[in-house]
Amino acid sequence: MTNSWTDIKNTDLVVIMGGNAAEAHPCGFKWVTEAKAKRGAKLIVVDPRFTRSASVADYYAPIRPGTDIAWLMGVIRWCIENDKVQWDYVKNYTNATYLVNEDFGWEDGLFTGYDPETRNYDQSSWEYQIGEDGFVRTDPTLQDPHCVWNLLKAHVDVYTPEFVENVCGTPKDRYLKICEMIGETSAPDKVMTSMYALGWTQHSKGSQNIRGMAMLQLLLGNIGLAGGGMNALRGHSNIQGLTDVGLMSNLIPGYLAIPRESETDYATYMSTRGNKPLFPNQMSYLQNYGKFMVSFMKAMWGDKATAENGWGYDWLPKLDIAQYDALRMFDMMANGQVNLYFCQGFNPLLAFPNRAKMTEAFGKLKLLVVMDPLETETAAFWENHGIYNDVDPAQIQTEVLELPTTCFAEDDGATVNSGRWLQWHWKGATPPGEAKTDTWIMANVFQRLRKLYAEEGGKAPEPILNLAWDYADPEEPTAEELARELNGRAIGPVHDPADPAKVLVEPGKQLSGFGQLRDDGSTMAGCWIYTGCWTEDGNMMARRDNSDPGDMGTFQNWSFSWPANRRVLYNRASCDLSGKPWDPTRKLIEWDGQKWAGFDVPDIAVTAKPGEVGPFIMTPEGTGRFFSRRLMRDGPFPSHMEPFESPVENPLNPAMRGNPVARMFEGDLAQLGDRSEFPFVATSYRLTEHFHYWTKHNRVNAVLQPEFFVEISEELAAERGIAKGDRVRVWSKRGQVWAKALVTRRIRPLICDGKPVHVVGIPIHWGFKGAARKGFGSNTLGPFVGDANIETPEFKAYLVNIERAEGEVMA
Amino acid sequence: MTIDLSRRGFLALAGTGVATTTLGAMGFGAAEAAEAAHVRPFKLVATTETRNICTYCSVACGIIMYSKGDLAAGETAELLHIEGDADHPTNRGTLCPKGAALKDYVRAETRLTRPRYRAPGADRFQDIGWDEALDKIARALKDDRDANLIEKNDKGTTVNRWTTTGYLAASATTNETAWLTYKTVRAMGIVGFDNQARV
Repeated sequence: MTNSWTDIKNTDLVVIMGGNAAEAHPCGFKWVTEAKAKRGAKLIVVDPRFTRSASVADYYAPIRPGTDIAWLMGVIRWCIENDKVQWDYVKNYTNATYLVNEDFGWEDGLFTGYDPETRNYDQSSWEYQIGEDGFVRTDPTLQDPHCVWNLLKAHVDVYTPEFVENVCGTPKDRYLKICEMIGETSAPDKVMTSMYALGWTQHSKGSQNIRGMAMLQLLLGNIGLAGGGMNALRGHSNIQGLTDVGLMSNLIPGYLAIPRESETDYATYMSTRGNKPLFPNQMSYLQNYGKFMVSFMKAMWGDKATAENGWGYDWLPKLDIAQYDALRMFDMMANGQVNLYFCQGFNPLLAFPNRAKMTEAFGKLKLLVVMDPLETETAAFWENHGIYNDVDPAQIQTEVLELPTTCFAEDDGATVNSGRWLQWHWKGATPPGEAKTDTWIMANVFQRLRKLYAEEGGKAPEPILNLAWDYADPEEPTAEELARELNGRAIGPVHDPADPAKVLVEPGKQLSGFGQLRDDGSTMAGCWIYTGCWTEDGNMMARRDNSDPGDMGTFQNWSFSWPANRRVLYNRASCDLSGKPWDPTRKLIEWDGQKWAGFDVPDIAVTAKPGEVGPFIMTPEGTGRFFSRRLMRDGPFPSHMEPFESPVENPLNPAMRGNPVARMFEGDLAQLGDRSEFPFVATSYRLTEHFHYWTKHNRVNAVLQPEFFVEISEELAAERGIAKGDRVRVWSKRGQVWAKALVTRRIRPLICDGKPVHVVGIPIHWGFKGAARKGFGSNTLGPFVGDANIETPEFKAYLVNIERAEGEVMA
Repeated sequence: MTIDLSRRGFLALAGTGVATTTLGAMGFGAAEAAEAAHVRPFKLVATTETRNICTYCSVACGIIMYSKGDLAAGETAELLHIEGDADHPTNRGTLCPKGAALKDYVRAETRLTRPRYRAPGADRFQDIGWDEALDKIARALKDDRDANLIEKNDKGTTVNRWTTTGYLAASATTNETAWLTYKTVRAMGIVGFDNQARV
């Protein structure tokens, strides 16, 4: 989230699209209710189903799964056509006026540079024109046909309300009503917020769905304002934290990058990370990249990381491809290229698509290690459970170790909420039986491995032998010790750059902010964006002062919010060019003539005069981007793409299937279904009574929602002769499931391309372990293809067939 | 601190206070002292309270856990009850149908309580000791890394890349667990590394 849960109370208009907060995030949704009750805010819900969020909305519209880009580009088109644009914001805080390379273009649904052989773009034309002074060329009059604004206008021109109705199935009158409601928030003193979740991410073009709304929010001037922003409603309690700390194939903590093998040494790695400003005086904060990186390397390898050895650069793994994401690893596993795999609190047998492929993959491992508080289907993938897990254990040679871990109630530490608050918690229960903390398990595995390398030697032992391990008990580092490392401390004296004789931080002291990090080896910090969470004043994450002086929902003394305890990102943009809030009743910060101050930590240097430094300080431009240059693999603007399995052709290019640059492994292409065989659109969803595959272990939740079902419309039920409560079989090209039929009016057929499109809703929560009845999940059926940029599987739009099934097969 | 004394004190007073006032209002003034003496205190008064955060979604509601026994005093603690934390700015005491049944997850019958091992071709788990399990993991890591770590690519660049072992980390663990996991996994050279953020 750019903002926070408590900030939602400040909004005028909530758009829930790509999520269902009332069911999936009920206690956060309460802030929508608050905004409606106290401010008279309106709620719009756009969803294939009439969800519980929709049931309390002021306005609802249906949409065919997988068509959000067309829908959003159509809103941008409508706003431009009807002059619903926050012009001061657009001209000054976005890249609308920048000139783009004259070779850049778009036709047939594709941008310049597409190569169908490699399924990749040559992106060289997707860039600004740079002047002789080294800065970007602009046209403040917006007349130049190559300025971003005119390119955007041309790009969205195809997305008329009629086009949207035809592609998305959203009735035109409903669509136009929503366009009008959204357009009203282009007024400087009106604000809209976007709340989205997996309904936008789980597509082969999920990143572009989100880009689409981010662009609309820039157009309306709603980024950086209280009650505005782009608000990703994240799933797990610490999914934000694990992403921050970089537990992904290609990340280093704080959103730094694991090197590619073409970056042969540290100097080469840093040479492309200068982040030179594109305008004079721009902050371009990532110019400090080296300070964050060296501090991280010092946190990893301590004294062994030196300027001479590039801070231990050789010890980091180097990637030969963009990333070894989980889909790729499971594909490699299915091909016999992975021997050993760890699942720490993760149940991939139910979480990743094409379950038959997943089962085959696990069966090719030598050893699977599962660490979890609960029994999981993954740990028992080799057990026969009839139709629910139809395998022969005797044929599966994989060894499995299942290790019992503690859960939240039994350990100390911080989790990061969707609004970036690091909240500390304390243990209050004794772990059951022999269950151990994950830190104890990881430390013990590592200590044993390190001992083997010390005693036996072996391949590349240095990164293991040299890893910093400065803990009182090497077998059980404490949460406090680890949190202090994440924050970082001075190793040597930290000098004031303005006065080198002056020491800002003495050696051994905790740092108070990432401005104190250095690239000379005098500081260490595990995750630079967390610096400030555990200072010499103690554990800032444990703060519990719930006062809110400005009544803006910022709660500045409650826990710690990264970065720098800032509660609303880009909050400089909440003020006009002179530094006054666009809406004085919604003040976060303002320029008082000398400095920025208010009810949040300013997202700009506190003494940076208005007009001198752009508000988006992390970008070299200092502005928000309509045109994203070369940062997205599938284009600098979002363009409508059909799902890989779709009931209709892409009207922009009937030959194009799915996302033209999404990665598709060979065997998976053959496992895509066709609309002639699989005429119905499937979409997965979650229930308010269940959390993923955990709560089926709880008696209370298992009683509330005991049994797997699929949801279909009355029309589809009639067409297939299915009655409410019947047992049905649902199948895709990749597998089949049996479920109870829930026939409702919450799902209605949509008219797309002149034909009715039926949607089948498939909840995700059942398996063959726990207290609930045995069942299936959507992942048995879903296609093994991910988003082109970040490889999130396309669970929200694929094709199935459905029929009435006879009898109940008991497990 | 894990214990909010003022809240416990308030509950203790309220438990007896409500009874006394009610009896007084009903005209049983003389019976007040005797009644107050034998009214059983609110059950949770005898428990240890601990602040925590709900482990499910990222609304991250504040919760109060009530346990029999105090870990801080070196005792074993049995979780008896969980309720929403009224002081928490986000949820202000409310919980959803998942959070309200949170205790059932902690005390689920299908919680794992001891390490288990499944041999090739076996149709059931067998028990294994922690030492044996950890040794087995360390040996498997060492053997596979020594056999398959790519130290240098064909251009002679040091790459220290290990693709035959992979690791999925848990998005419900703490930042601190995540950091220790990050350190060890990266130091080994594992690149097939992910968490639930991708699904």
